[in-house]
Amino acid sequence: MNLQVQLVEEENSVQHFKIIGEIDVYTAPKLKEHLAAVEKAVGMQAELDLSEVAYMDSTGLGVFVGFYKAVHATGGHVKITGLNARLQRLFNITGLGSIMDIVTEEGEDKDATV
Amino acid sequence: MQPYDYVEIRVPAKAQYVGVARLTITGLSTRVGFTYDEIEDLKIATSEAMTNAIQHAYNENEDGEVVVGCALFDDKLEIMVADHGKSFNYEETKKSVGPYNDKEEVQFLREGGLGLYLMETLMDDVKIHRGEGVTVFMTKYLDGERGDTVEERTVSS
Repeated sequence: MNLQVQLVEEENSVQHFKIIGEIDVYTAPKLKEHLAAVEKAVGMQAELDLSEVAYMDSTGLGVFVGFYKAVHATGGHVKITGLNARLQRLFNITGLGSIMDIVTEEGEDKDATV
Repeated sequence: MQPYDYVEIRVPAKAQYVGVARLTITGLSTRVGFTYDEIEDLKIATSEAMTNAIQHAYNENEDGEVVVGCALFDDKLEIMVADHGKSFNYEETKKSVGPYNDKEEVQFLREGGLGLYLMETLMDDVKIHRGEGVTVFMTKYLDGERGDTVEERTVSS
């Protein structure tokens, strides 16, 4: 089990991160560390692509909530993209779906996350 | 009492073993006959319970064990997660688990954040017992009918 965070591209001051792997109590600190390193940039426009996150629970939600709050505190914005049906449900049942800027993957294929 | 097969996995109370237990849950859930979505629910609920147990052990600076006990029935899967591995007995612990009271729940929420909420939403029944340690007792039914009532309640609240 592992987790990777990649800064895919940086254009027009939008930082696009791709998160790959499983987010749980073991890997969440690593994710938090990666995001904490960039979250203090004033007015950052961040985009987190979760299309290759195979598993996530409340530990991951906690990290994203923390990042969201930190970026908003400096006038920035966080957009979360690439959610499959499972992750979308997780955001929705916790109420975060209506608070955060979330883009669901179009034409999603459930099998893609197996 | 309905017949059931019992499978137990004991792991050190360390974060890197939650994924290992998740693989066990995936295998056992498949054996019972749950759908892909239900298996994902079972994986998350079990991980949440283990996360709470591990964070508790970490806060107390204990080198404990976490026990995940699974009872496989024809129509349901019961999962118990206990953070006091040394004194764990499935039948005995099950007897002492009753309806959880509100005070305990709030305390648990504070420690576990969204964890308990997710367990209750994703499983059909969740009970928490505080004795020597914390034991979470969760049930998911195969037909999912009871689960629907839980979801309706969540939506309307």
